[in-house]
This record gives sequence, structure tokens and C-alpha cells, in this order.
Amino acid sequence: MSERRIELEVLRYSPERDREPRFQSYTVPCLDEWVVLDALNHVKDHLDTTLSYRWSCHMAVCGSCGMMVNGEPTLACKAFVRDYPDRIRVEPLANFPIERDLVTVMDDFMEKLARVKPWLIPGEDKTLGSGEHRQTPAELKRFKQYTMCINCMLCYSACPEYGLVPEFLGPAAIALAHRYNLDSRDGGRAERQEIIARDEAVWQCSFVGACSEVCPKHVDPAGALQQVKLASTVDWYREHLLPWVKK
Amino acid sequence: MPKSNKPIVWGLFAAGGTVTAFITPVLVVLTLLAAAGHVPDLLTYDRLHAFAAHWIGKAVLFGIVFLSLWHAAHRLRITLHDFGIRGDALVAVVVYLFAAAGSVASAVTLLRI
Repeated sequence: MSERRIELEVLRYSPERDREPRFQSYTVPCLDEWVVLDALNHVKDHLDTTLSYRWSCHMAVCGSCGMMVNGEPTLACKAFVRDYPDRIRVEPLANFPIERDLVTVMDDFMEKLARVKPWLIPGEDKTLGSGEHRQTPAELKRFKQYTMCINCMLCYSACPEYGLVPEFLGPAAIALAHRYNLDSRDGGRAERQEIIARDEAVWQCSFVGACSEVCPKHVDPAGALQQVKLASTVDWYREHLLPWVKK
Repeated sequence: MPKSNKPIVWGLFAAGGTVTAFITPVLVVLTLLAAAGHVPDLLTYDRLHAFAAHWIGKAVLFGIVFLSLWHAAHRLRITLHDFGIRGDALVAVVVYLFAAAGSVASAVTLLRI
């Protein structure tokens, strides 16, 4: 197995000690099949135990290890070292406050995610005894892509609009709202529209599309947001031109 | 905070984008063909003049011009925002005024035919 030495430049920040973030360099001997997360784990295990970063599954499922790798929002467990030059710079996700080293404060996203009610709001009252809510494969296909979101927040980090306007509800939250709106078992669309059809929600999106480019699960949040815009426009005309028509 | 009224401008923008994507390339090709002296029989001056003289033709042409201009104006507004230029209200007024002026000019021209 071939081994390659890389310079890992890691952003370090300790709120108790540092006035501002700084970079620390580590020389890491990497195996060919290593990802950036392996290199960080090597640093933590053998070189510097004080380094802080989030990770869990090491297989692009948990969404914990999102960080900037050479300036691009990436899951550290999906970024193969062999695809990068000998010097790799690792920083915490852009557009989020730093808690410590590579760990960011996620409160803003968590609060926004809950606001769009990303859960099934049953469309019809059904007792447990009357059986399951059935769904055809075609009905499932309408929204399945949007269920793949792992809340890794890479899309928020890539979105220039979120960087400019922190109130923006953002790609993942709106894409997840869209996922439940499209679900044949769901009846909560009117409630969610009150949140996502506002100025600082879907209408803040200028369709840059960076969210879909960085999404590690191919959710295509940018596509979801354009569909939400179209549906919200139809809503607007119905509400203002045909107010007597029931939804 | 109520629902947004952005659908008014965005609906026209989306319609204009569709028109621009499908019609504009055709118009460019036909214009180049005409400039090179290859005017198809269907698109001779007399026929196109007759098309523009009919009220349906006028409506179609006006729709294409108005939606394309609106689309371009809105796109420019958003692009300026993305470039970090603040002052959306001023930008919006200027670009939409351009689109409105162009639309009025096309309406006047069409009505004179």
C-alpha cells in the first residue's frame, strides 16, 4: 500500500484562549484509500489530542463531518485525500459561527428546520386499527429524492444568499418542507406555506444552485426551491384572483 | 410576517424565461438566415407584415417582447444583488422602468402597423 505525506492545515480556534482563528499545520502520512476524516483522526490519535471536530459514521450517512476542504463545503468522510494536492486546508463550514476548531454552532439551522414542520401531518383522521396509509410507488417517487437529506448543512455553507441574508430559511429546510408537501399522506401544506412562502424564505433564493452542487446525497435542493416558487405563485394567483375557490 | 407578494414579479420572470429559452434562439437563427439572404417563403416581408397587422399577431409579438424584457430586468436585478450591490429598491425601479419603457415602445410600434 502506498503512503503519501500531506500537509494538513487545520483552522484552530479556542474561544477561551484565542482572540481570532489561526491555522495549524500537521504532516500526516496518508494511505491511498484515506479520506480527509482519516487524516484528521490520525492527527487526533497521534499528533494533537486537543483538536475538536464532529464525526460519527464515516460513511456519508450521519452528516456530522461537514467542513470546508480547500475552500469547498464537503463531507470529510467523502473527500479522498488522493483527489487533493499535497497541501490540504481544512476549515469549519462557512456561514456558521465557530464554536471550537472545526466545530460550528448549528442553532440557527436547527431552529429553522423545526419551523417548517418537517414531519408527516396526516391529511385524514385515521385510527391505528384502520390500517396503514397506503402509497403507490409513483406517489413515493414524487418526493423520495428529498428524503435523502442528512442535515449536513453543506448547502447552507455553499449558499451565497444565506451568507448575505442570515434570516434566509435556506435550502435544506425548504427542500424538506417540500418533501412533506409532496407526500400523498400529508395534509400540512397550508401550514408550511405560511412559513416557506414568505419573503425571507423561498423568495430569498436567487437560484445560484451551489446548494445542489455540494449536496453529498444528490437531493437537489435548488430544484426543490424552484418547484416551491412555482407552486407558491399558483397559490398566490388562486388566493388573489379566485378567493372563493376552496383549496 | 405574511406570505410574500413576490409571485407577481416571479411569475412573469418564469414565463419570460420560458419564452426566452424557446423563442429567442429561433429568432436569432431566423435573423441570421435573413441577414445572409436566405429568407424562407413563409417568412417573407409581406407575410410577416400581415402577421403583425392582425390583432392576434400583435398580441403574440407584444407578449414575447414584454415577457422577455421583464425576464431580463428581473434577472439583472437578482444578478446585481448576487454581486453584492445593495439598494434593491432603486435597482428594481430602474430595471423594471426599462422593461416597461421597452414594452410601451413595442406596443406603440405594433399598434401603428
